Amino acid sequence: MKNKKSMSAERLYKIFIYVALITLAISIIVPVVWVFMASVKHNSEFYGSPWTIPASIQFSNFVNAFEKANMGQYFINSVIATGLGLIILLVVALPASYVLARFEFRGRKFMNTAMMAGLFINVNYIVVPIFLMLLGWDDFIYNLFGDGFFLDNIFVLALVYAATAIPFTVYLLSGYFRTLPKAYEEAALIDGCGYFKTMFKVMIPMAKPSIVTVILFNFLAFWNEYIIALTLMPGTSKTLPVGLMNLMQAARGKAEYGMMYAGLVIVMLPTLILYIMVQKKLTQGMTLGGLKD
Amino acid sequence: MNKKKEKRRFIAVCLAPAIILFTVFMIIPTLNVFWMSTLKWGGLSANKEFVGLNNFKILFEDMNFIQALQNTIFLIVVVTIVTMVFSILFASILVREKVKGQNFFRIIFYIPNILSVVVIASIFTAIYDPSTNGLLNSIESLFRPETWETTKYLGDPNIMLYAISGAMIWQAIGYYMVMYMASMSSIPEHLYEAASLEGAGKIKQFFSITLPLIWSNIRTTLTFFIISCINLSFLFVKVFGSGPGGVSETVLSYMYKQAYSNASYGYGMAIGVIIFLFSFVLSALVSKATEREPLEF
Repeated sequence: MKNKKSMSAERLYKIFIYVALITLAISIIVPVVWVFMASVKHNSEFYGSPWTIPASIQFSNFVNAFEKANMGQYFINSVIATGLGLIILLVVALPASYVLARFEFRGRKFMNTAMMAGLFINVNYIVVPIFLMLLGWDDFIYNLFGDGFFLDNIFVLALVYAATAIPFTVYLLSGYFRTLPKAYEEAALIDGCGYFKTMFKVMIPMAKPSIVTVILFNFLAFWNEYIIALTLMPGTSKTLPVGLMNLMQAARGKAEYGMMYAGLVIVMLPTLILYIMVQKKLTQGMTLGGLKD
Repeated sequence: MNKKKEKRRFIAVCLAPAIILFTVFMIIPTLNVFWMSTLKWGGLSANKEFVGLNNFKILFEDMNFIQALQNTIFLIVVVTIVTMVFSILFASILVREKVKGQNFFRIIFYIPNILSVVVIASIFTAIYDPSTNGLLNSIESLFRPETWETTKYLGDPNIMLYAISGAMIWQAIGYYMVMYMASMSSIPEHLYEAASLEGAGKIKQFFSITLPLIWSNIRTTLTFFIISCINLSFLFVKVFGSGPGGVSETVLSYMYKQAYSNASYGYGMAIGVIIFLFSFVLSALVSKATEREPLEF
């Protein structure tokens, strides 16, 4: 009798668990899928129930978004800013992490502490001083050459992206370098490799798993970044998230909903594809870093 | 001797670029925030006047700022509690129970974390749309077709903050869940076996094994979550707009508005300093309040 009772309680508990899990899953899947559906709807289909299946597939929404709303250009800008930012970040952060992890020198402790403190610096506060600093440099250059350089420059944006990602990246990479056995680099040095060769040929290839993690996280951070791009690129040249914001405002006014949702898909599709390909690495890598801003 | 010189040169070459970038784009701007907060600086004109702590004096009488601070605290409290409870709960369900499709759920729950805040806010604009085209409103109208009245999620001052919390929670749950799943799955199984032999139920096990053993992880994430809450609320408000009369303004969005749109840089940076101190003190308090004797397994 008692056994039966606990059996049904167990069952009720199981049902409760599945209901909770499925509810949360639905609350995530439905809006995302809905956006994909909305992106191929005809503009006239947006009046009425939002839950209808698209009557026909309007790829013209995407063509419009790319051409009329400039999303094509913004896409290229985002690719450049993200790619260049990642390259600069790795070129700068890898050697620094290696040295901070492996070499004894004066000021090392101070450097490590400064990097840790950098984890707490919040980009949202410092974006205005960065903007003013660049504005000041621009004024200076303008007086000399008659043209600005630092604002509205995708390369400078990439540089700022890389700079703001340094503390987290160095923290993660140097943590990984510390776990690598010393024997390899000692052997390389005895074999007559210089420091640079040892680093590039032996140590950096060994750090590959943590480099992949760094690339993944920073790709997402740079690609999705909004506030720095908004502030440092006040002109017509924009990145995707900022362009999407503009598109949202413009499209709502003109009731071009299809194009708006097509723009949304254009922004999120690359990250979704990347995520599906590497989701295991991403969620494993998280425990490597342990934290995120 | 030569070797030593070579080594020193190697260290310098490796560190220099990182130090330069870090200093120019992080240290100097951070110091600038503090320095600028003592200036009366009307923006693009070069007119800078040192006013000491006057900006702060104005700040504490600025009702808009007080409102923004209240909103921020509200969001921090609501979002933190709901996110933490749900992510710990879901993590423990997915790790401890033999759930079918465990991997599937983990993959799905993490999706919001990879999307741009702009994308999430756009999705939620569609969800919260006040017309019958809105995803939530259309569902509501199904349930009570006669008495249905549109809910202005992003227009009604009483609801707007909850609506923003909803988007923030939706975004954060998966990330923290995956984080807790990792630390929960490292708890050795034999502890649970022993507990269940002694007749401890699932709830008891959760409170006396799972929770204490991941406590240090919870503490760390909590500290960081408070900071990221302030950031996230800023971004959402930036995208959603701050509602009628700025009712849902948060501290960072108010700072940005003052500094960037209003070009009162000095005043804006004074707000920045206050938020910085506020988040620092709050993190320290939370960290202190959640301090427990560390447990090892």
